[in-house]
Amino acid sequence: MFRTKNQSSEDRLFDTISYLSLIFFALIVLYPLYFIIIASISDPDMVSSGQIWFLPKGITFDGYKRIFEDNSILLGYRNTLIYAGLGAIISVAMTVSGAYPLARKDFYGRNFFMAVFVFTMFFGGGLIPTYLLVKSLGMLDTIWAMVIPGAVSVWNLIITRTFFQLNIPEELREAAFMDGCSDLRFFVKIVLPLSRPIIAVLALFAIVGQWNGFFDALIYLSNEKLYPLQLVLRKILIQSEPQLGMMVDVDTLAAKLKVRELIKYSSIVVSSVPVLIIYPFIQKYFVKGVMIGSIKG
Amino acid sequence: MRITFKKILRNYQLYLLIMPTFLYFIIFKYIPMYGILIAFKDYSPTKGIIGSPWVGFKYFEDFFNSFNFWDLIKNTVYLNIFQLIVTFPLPIIVALMLNELPNEKIKKTIQTILYAPYFISTVVLVGMMYVFLSPSSGIINKIIQAISGNTIDFFATPGWFRPLYVLSSAWQGTGWGTVVYMAALSSVDPQLHEAAIVDGASKFKRTIVIDIPAIMPVIIIQLILALGNIMNVGFEKAYLMQTPLNLDVSEIIQTYVYKLGLLQAQYSFSTAVGLFNSVINFILLIIVNWIVKKFSETSLW
Repeated sequence: MFRTKNQSSEDRLFDTISYLSLIFFALIVLYPLYFIIIASISDPDMVSSGQIWFLPKGITFDGYKRIFEDNSILLGYRNTLIYAGLGAIISVAMTVSGAYPLARKDFYGRNFFMAVFVFTMFFGGGLIPTYLLVKSLGMLDTIWAMVIPGAVSVWNLIITRTFFQLNIPEELREAAFMDGCSDLRFFVKIVLPLSRPIIAVLALFAIVGQWNGFFDALIYLSNEKLYPLQLVLRKILIQSEPQLGMMVDVDTLAAKLKVRELIKYSSIVVSSVPVLIIYPFIQKYFVKGVMIGSIKG
Repeated sequence: MRITFKKILRNYQLYLLIMPTFLYFIIFKYIPMYGILIAFKDYSPTKGIIGSPWVGFKYFEDFFNSFNFWDLIKNTVYLNIFQLIVTFPLPIIVALMLNELPNEKIKKTIQTILYAPYFISTVVLVGMMYVFLSPSSGIINKIIQAISGNTIDFFATPGWFRPLYVLSSAWQGTGWGTVVYMAALSSVDPQLHEAAIVDGASKFKRTIVIDIPAIMPVIIIQLILALGNIMNVGFEKAYLMQTPLNLDVSEIIQTYVYKLGLLQAQYSFSTAVGLFNSVINFILLIIVNWIVKKFSETSLW
């Protein structure tokens, strides 16, 4: 942070230790990700016999071919995209419109509304009552169970409210009101255009949440046609045990096992790479979101 | 009274704006709280919440007396305490080191790499663990085999469940956890550092006497929140990492509630278990906040 020409040896030691440990940690984080990629295009025999370390060997795209032949991953992809898009719209709309009044000092009852929201951070009905509610609303096995019950988080509401408080000056509202602008009109015409950064942050949180989440799908969906990507992946990665009784031929079994390992690697790549590729570009928005949130916890 | 009414009327559009969100909270957060009643009733779906007969604390007593009560508590608390001990200090240390890196570019690159695993889903994370740790083909076991000649079936060995759970959390969350601390560190007044440099303070010294005190309030808030959640281990990962062979240590309150409640439809019993868990959490949060308030100026409320 501060460079002085005559760095003391103590400082150099500090820097060296920092560099070494951080680079070491970064490699630990990076290597498994890298390994998955090279393993997904290598000969499964070489992977399982431990010959793959830094470069792919015996390159094959069989795993990817299988994945794109099999409908379930593509269907999971499509469902996840639908849930992510719809979920983001609902989540952003409710969060932004709910947070704006809370940011207004002249909004009578804002402490009441805030208390109603914040209380749910500390206490809730729990899994079963929530499930029974969703069930009685007739939302089981519908898209709605995926996008509505988790649409608003208190945390996001607080982040958004803080954003409004910091970025929409009182004077702006007063000036607009002098010209006869109403609350709704002001919200739509002035607040929303000024709120692009926070809207982007909220949408990203919602999209990544949908992309990675599987719990809601696990409890609310039983129709496989509605399964999001993560449930499909769970089946491939974690639940897939070979049906030993069905196999007669040892060679067929071995061949099947081989391909299954390959499919595991390539399905990890197919499902994670899109997020990992776009994330460095959107990283600053996420960081911004967390930072706005941390101003007042 | 009339003034209140006037105040409401003047901003009636704001109430329209907040209404959907307000209704969302009433329906999806408060109605389930009302649903907790079924923990005290013999709930049957045909009779509904109101129609089902009261049984008082029967289900709580059943839970306290059940043979695995203490195992569940122990598993839940242990997993969380181990998790906290490892994953709480790591982001702070990493943030302090990152903050002092002289080269901006390297700093940015390392940050980007460290944040990445946060965007990997729990399913993929656990999937990766299964792949890497597989006794027959996993790369980790290849290394172990080369050294010792044996292989370890990690997911079948109860002793490995907690270490794996905690280490994978550290792998996934440490980088992301630094964000809050980096933000706090960026607001440290540079003049403090300059003055200390003039006085001949080394980087290490400055980290100890300037940086750490500066981020102390953030550390305390994060600690309160973490301690208040000590009974809430991430259900997803524990459930995904569970195998019949590690059940002794991997069955935690949340997985138990899920299995009993949703898979076996014992609604009342598992609601009682879930309520017990939330109440303990709530009490913990209050106690921790109270203690922290006594000893420092920072607290949640």
